[in-house]
Amino acid sequence: MAHAHSDQPGGKYYIPHGSPWPVIGSIALFITVGGAAMWLNHANIGPMVMSAGLIIVATMFAGWFGTVINESEGHYYNGQVDKSFRMGMMWFIFSEVMFFAAFFGALFYARQLSVPWLGGEGVKIFTNLLLWKDYETAWPTNGPAAVGGDFEVIPAFGLPAINTAILLTSGVTITIAHHALRAGNRTVLNIFQAATFLLGFLFVYLQATEYMEAYHELNLTLSSGIYGSTFFMLTGFHGLHVTIGAIMLLVIWLRCLKGHFTPQQHFAFEAVAWYWHFVDVVWLGLFIFVYWL
Amino acid sequence: MSSVHSVSAAAADHAHDHAHEDHGAPTGWRRWLFATNHKDIGTMYLLFSLIMFFIGGAMAMIIRAELFQPGLQLVDPGFFNMMTTVHALVMVFGAVMPATVGLANWMLPLQVGAPDMALPRMNNFSFWLLVAAFTLLILSLFVPGGGPAAGWTLYPPLVIQTGNSLPMAIFAIHLAGASSIMGSINIIVTIMNLRAPGMSLLKMPLFTWTWLITAYLLIAVMPVFAGAVTMVLTDHFFGTTFFSATGGGDPVLYQHVFWFFGHPEVYIMILPAFGIVSEIIPTFSRKPLFGYDAMVFATASIAFLSFIVWAHHMFTTGMPLAGEMFFMLSTMLIAVPTGVKVFNWTATMWRGSLTFEPPMLFSLSFLFLFTIGGFSGLMMSIAPVDFQYHDTYFIVAHFHYVLVPGAVFAIMAGVYYWLPKWTGHMYSMTLAKWHFWLSTIFVNILFFPQHFLGLAGMPRRIPDYATQFAEFNMISSIGAFGFGLSQLLFAYIIWACVRGGEKASDKVWDGADPHGLEWTVPSPAPHHTFDVPPVVK
Repeated sequence: MAHAHSDQPGGKYYIPHGSPWPVIGSIALFITVGGAAMWLNHANIGPMVMSAGLIIVATMFAGWFGTVINESEGHYYNGQVDKSFRMGMMWFIFSEVMFFAAFFGALFYARQLSVPWLGGEGVKIFTNLLLWKDYETAWPTNGPAAVGGDFEVIPAFGLPAINTAILLTSGVTITIAHHALRAGNRTVLNIFQAATFLLGFLFVYLQATEYMEAYHELNLTLSSGIYGSTFFMLTGFHGLHVTIGAIMLLVIWLRCLKGHFTPQQHFAFEAVAWYWHFVDVVWLGLFIFVYWL
Repeated sequence: MSSVHSVSAAAADHAHDHAHEDHGAPTGWRRWLFATNHKDIGTMYLLFSLIMFFIGGAMAMIIRAELFQPGLQLVDPGFFNMMTTVHALVMVFGAVMPATVGLANWMLPLQVGAPDMALPRMNNFSFWLLVAAFTLLILSLFVPGGGPAAGWTLYPPLVIQTGNSLPMAIFAIHLAGASSIMGSINIIVTIMNLRAPGMSLLKMPLFTWTWLITAYLLIAVMPVFAGAVTMVLTDHFFGTTFFSATGGGDPVLYQHVFWFFGHPEVYIMILPAFGIVSEIIPTFSRKPLFGYDAMVFATASIAFLSFIVWAHHMFTTGMPLAGEMFFMLSTMLIAVPTGVKVFNWTATMWRGSLTFEPPMLFSLSFLFLFTIGGFSGLMMSIAPVDFQYHDTYFIVAHFHYVLVPGAVFAIMAGVYYWLPKWTGHMYSMTLAKWHFWLSTIFVNILFFPQHFLGLAGMPRRIPDYATQFAEFNMISSIGAFGFGLSQLLFAYIIWACVRGGEKASDKVWDGADPHGLEWTVPSPAPHHTFDVPPVVK
């Protein structure tokens, strides 16, 4: 049905019809976090409630995005809608940047300020003399009380370096896929998009093995003082984002196989590509400041 | 105006539009639950905010009742702390912010000549997430151990001792934050992408401008707040030591991260209020706003400065001398753009043809009383002086002056200004003036004595106090009860105006800006407006 195809000015705007998904999503998130809160408070029912919530969240995403994909493939969207989507995605990524900034801020604060102060640097000499007498500033550290016991760290030029190579390669493959899409070469698109999401999942797998090693062999845990706290918070949230990004890449690959997207119109592809480059850049920050320096 | 005709023409189109059959006006519960219309969502936001205003207000009444006289009489101290904490969280995130978002939803598309918000389904998601968030927060008051009681700033190590409600409060903040971020993205995209042809940025109404800048602030700082409370959560439940010196962390780190969010947050509450007042004063002065460009740049400057002043909330928690100096001076700098605004509002009225309808009365009250709050803020920006004021009733008086007769009065002014456009009816001017005078008198009785209490040394967040503070506390509590009761009148006026009343004209106010697009559509504004963009000259 023809509705709102032309660009403004002069043309009509596109207004989507009502949808049950937003309110379902809100209820689902309420159930999810309610279940998580019960779990944290040791209620046996917690994990089940949370899982039920997450299943509804997943259903909501599938339903909502499904509707939008159908509308997009049905050519309901005009250039203005496309631009709205682009700006929306850009500002969403910016909000994610600020989320990571909070944790990077905590890392820099610990390394530059709180740990040296505990060691008695500058005017904080009495902090050290009166409270933590035998503590010497060091990094990595689990603090003056040696919280969590002795631990070892994961060297930068081992698995993390390989993971860096994997993510950087995936950045190249998605760019090749994008160029192929714009040139109308669907075979190359499908192959390189598949390579991209496989590299993404490979990264997640390697990160999981790294965590296993940290917990079982190095005694590096969430409770290894400030080093363990910042290490797992930063790499953990990054890993979560890579997982979500890899799932997004997979969905885009399936859509490519179904023949979605044209050389001119492929907002979803580009949005996921932006997101993927974003997690890539965050990883470079992690590699330098968490693993390497 | 052509835009008015286009509404009916577009409606005729919908009759044979099968693909999007519910593009018209869906009815019943679906209209609200599945809403995509910016006016419906705006209405829901405003009603939600009003309900939260009364819930948060009831908590304030409990606080002031306990403080009516020295000694512990009504509630136990733990519950008192829950009331101060949840009162603040409800008022900040549940009442003031959703009220300005509701006004934005209603008015931004009308002001920029857009048919709706740019991302209407996400708009609905933003609203219902807020409902989920506050259901969770209110429920947290009823779990074992009671609600959060460490103050709205949730400082560790105290907050780590919260009972079962800690994860509920933190998840509520996550949901409310997600709601705010999505709402802000929507506002930015609507303004940047859906403006009517010819409406350049420097032709936008001031309310639109202030919200554009507010939305940038929100996207920049809400995620940081989410990060801060996430670290509190892991410190409590997963053994991390971000905020514990034993593991190499620092409780002061939390304060830095929190106030990096918290200071812009106070501008998030006040900038839209500036925008509302900047719309109203010209209308009832029958003169264009004095120094429009300066107002825009002053707003942007305030927003920028808000990122580099956060540690003035922490002068007494300890930081290097250079830090104290920097944050003291950068804070004082904010007085410059704020002064530009106050003088411009005053200059707008200079030799104007003034009339004093309720929106104007509330705006004038805002102008005087917000300035008092601004001045007490300037006093506290002086670090050595702040050592005395910190955590006393002086700060309580300060931020209530900028938030109640500041942000809340501006929101009420906005409601009285645009209510006829929303409902199509005029409200009772007499009752609204009664509401104004009662509110203005009682709000001063409520908060002004708190300055003296603070200067005399009464600490904030305590249920009992030395007998020397008895008189001023009693006066303050009487003001609180009077102010609380007066707000029932506000709810009645709105209810009566929705039900009926004298028919409002399209322009509503005879001094309303003839170029303001919101005044070119009928009153009440039809469900769909500007389906074809109007041309702005």
